[in-house]
Amino acid sequence: MIFKVFPKKKLSLLYELLAVNTMVGPTLKGKDRNGKSLYDFDVLYTFDDLALDYTATIHSAKRFVLPYHEKLSSFDINKTDWKKHVDINVYKPLVFFGMHPCDINALNKLDMVLAGNVYPNPYYIGKRKNIFIVGLDCSPEPQCFCHSMGTDSALHGFDMFLTDLGDKYFVEVLSATAFDFLSQIKSKEPSKKDHQHYKQVNALKNKNFATNVETNDLTKILDLEFDAKAWDQWGDKCLSCGTCSNVCPTCYCYGVEENIDLDLKNANKIRSLHSCNLLDFAKVSGGHNFRPEKSTRLKYRYYHKHRGFVEAFEESLCVGCGRCGQACLADITPPEVIASVRGKE
Amino acid sequence: MKNKLDFIDIMHGSDGHHRKEDPNSFEYSYQAEITNVYSLTKTEKLYQIQIADPKLRTKFTFKPGQFVMLELPGIGEAPFSISSSPVRHGDIELCIRGAGNFTNFLSRVQRGTKVGLSGPFGTHFPVEKMHGQDLLLIAGGLGIAPLRSPLLSVLENRSRYGRVDIMYGAKNPDELLFTYQHEEWRRFDINLDITVDQADKQWQGRTGLITEILKERIQESTDLANNTFAIVCGPPIMFRFVCDMLTQAGLPMQKMFVSLERRMHCGRGKCCRCNIGSTYTCIDGPVFDYWSVMNLKEAI
Repeated sequence: MIFKVFPKKKLSLLYELLAVNTMVGPTLKGKDRNGKSLYDFDVLYTFDDLALDYTATIHSAKRFVLPYHEKLSSFDINKTDWKKHVDINVYKPLVFFGMHPCDINALNKLDMVLAGNVYPNPYYIGKRKNIFIVGLDCSPEPQCFCHSMGTDSALHGFDMFLTDLGDKYFVEVLSATAFDFLSQIKSKEPSKKDHQHYKQVNALKNKNFATNVETNDLTKILDLEFDAKAWDQWGDKCLSCGTCSNVCPTCYCYGVEENIDLDLKNANKIRSLHSCNLLDFAKVSGGHNFRPEKSTRLKYRYYHKHRGFVEAFEESLCVGCGRCGQACLADITPPEVIASVRGKE
Repeated sequence: MKNKLDFIDIMHGSDGHHRKEDPNSFEYSYQAEITNVYSLTKTEKLYQIQIADPKLRTKFTFKPGQFVMLELPGIGEAPFSISSSPVRHGDIELCIRGAGNFTNFLSRVQRGTKVGLSGPFGTHFPVEKMHGQDLLLIAGGLGIAPLRSPLLSVLENRSRYGRVDIMYGAKNPDELLFTYQHEEWRRFDINLDITVDQADKQWQGRTGLITEILKERIQESTDLANNTFAIVCGPPIMFRFVCDMLTQAGLPMQKMFVSLERRMHCGRGKCCRCNIGSTYTCIDGPVFDYWSVMNLKEAI
C-alpha cells in the first residue's frame, strides 16, 4: 500500500479538485431535543457544508447505492402487447468525502451479496463502481462496537483513506485516480515520525471503545439459544416498526411491486427496501405467515446478521455502527440483545 | 475536464474483466403467451405458457423442481414451480391457485395474454441420480404441482427406474388436481394411490391420511435404505410426518427430497424475503434434501 501525508490546510484544495464531480458527505442537519448535533450524508455544495468532525450519521450511506425506492423497469402497454424497458439509473460518478470505516466495510459486505453471488445486481454494481471514496478515520462513540465486529478499520473498498495526525493527514492510497489527486495537492512521502504518529493514533483509538460484543462462537450460541426466553422478552419490547433496518448500513432486503397508470398504457416496477421486522415480510399468498410473532422476526434479524451471513460469507453482516440501537424507539441495542441471549444480562 | 472522474458504464462493457455476467440478463424476461387455461378445481387452474420466440423456446431448458418468475406488467411478479415435463422446453405448464392479488388476477385472464417469464431458478430434484432405484413420489394438496414435473420425467424414462409408487392425498375429492391424467399415470408398472381426508357420496377411492398408504408401502419394501429415493411435496406438516416415517423405516435423509415454499420477490438471492438463516430458498432451494431442511432452523 502507498502512504502519503499532506498538511491539513490543503484539505479544502483536495475537496475543490474533486468537486468538479458530484460530492456527497456528512453534513449538519440540525439538533435533537437534547441539543446534540444531528448529521447525515447528503449532496454537498461547498466545502463549508462538509462536517468532518461528525458523529455517526442518522442514516447510512447505503441510499446512494441502494435507494429506498428505485424503478427497476417500465412497461409500455398497448392493449394486449407490451414492451419492457430497463434502466439501471446510473448516469454519473459520485465522490463520497469523509466516510468512516464502518460504512466502507458495510459497502464491502453489500458487495458480497449484491455484486457477487449467482446473479450480480447491475442496479447496485453500476452505482457502486461509480463511487470514489475518500475515507476518514473516526473516534469511537459510546454506541460503537465495530471493534468487536472487526470493522473498525477498512482494508479495501475505498480510494484514499485519511487519518488525522493533528496538523496533517496521513493518507492510505488505493487507486491510481486517488494517487493522481494527491499528486496535484503536492502530498509528500510520510517520514518515520509520521509512521510512528499514525501507529500511536490508531492505538489510542483502539483503547477508546466503550462497548464490546462477545462474538466468539456466536453462530453456535445463536443455534443453541434458538428457543431462549430472551427472544420473547425482546420481542415484547419490539414495535416492529422497521426503523433498525431503515438506518442499518447493511440491511438490503426488499420488496417489488408493480404499478399501472390509470390510462393502462404505462406501468412501473418499483423496488422498495423492506424490513424483516415488518409483519408481512414472510407472509405468503393464501395468508400463511412464516414469522407471525414479533419475537421470531426480531430473532430472524439477528440470525441473518450474525449467523446466516457468517455461514455464507465467513463474516458477520453487522458492522457495529450502533445506528439501530440509537434509532430504536424501544431501546433495543445489539450488544444488550446478544449479551442476554448468551445469558449474561 | 481533467479531474472529472471516468463514468463506468457496466451496461455497455466499459467495466473490463470485473464483469461476471451480462448485466442485461438480471431484469430480463422472456416474452411469453398464455396459450391455454384449464380449470382443474374451483380455485386451481392450469396455464399453458409458451415463450414467443421459437428459438428462445427451444433454448429454454429446466430441470424438474425448478421454478420461474411469472410477470404481468403493472400487476406483479410471482414465483411458480413448473408442472410440465422438461422435454417440452419453453412450452411450460404452471398449476396455480388463486390465492393472492396476483394469482386472482391471473385466474381472470384469457388465452392470448402476453406475460413475462424469467428463470428457470433454483435447485431441482436429482432425477438422474435416482436411476436404477425405486421411487416414492408423495404429494399432498397443491404439492402435486411441483411433483408433476419429476413425475412426468420419470414416466417418460420409466425403464430407467425400479418400482415407482405415486401417493397423492387431498382434503376432499373436489380438490384433487389433474384427475384427467390419473388413469394415464396408473399404468401396469406404476402404483398410483389416491386418498382423501373427507369423502363425498361419489367417492369410491380411499379415505384417510397419506401416511396410511405409506405405512403399507413401507411394510412391502425389503431394502428401503439402499434402493429407494423419495420426493415429497406438500404442506410442511405433511412432509414432516411423511419424512419422519420414512426416516424411521430406514430411508437415509439425503435420499428424501422436499420442495419448500417461501415469499419471493426476485428469485435471484437478492431480496432476502425467502431467506432461512444462511439459505436462500430461491437459489439454494426450493428443492432440499431432508437433511438440509432438518438442519435449518425454522425451515419447517
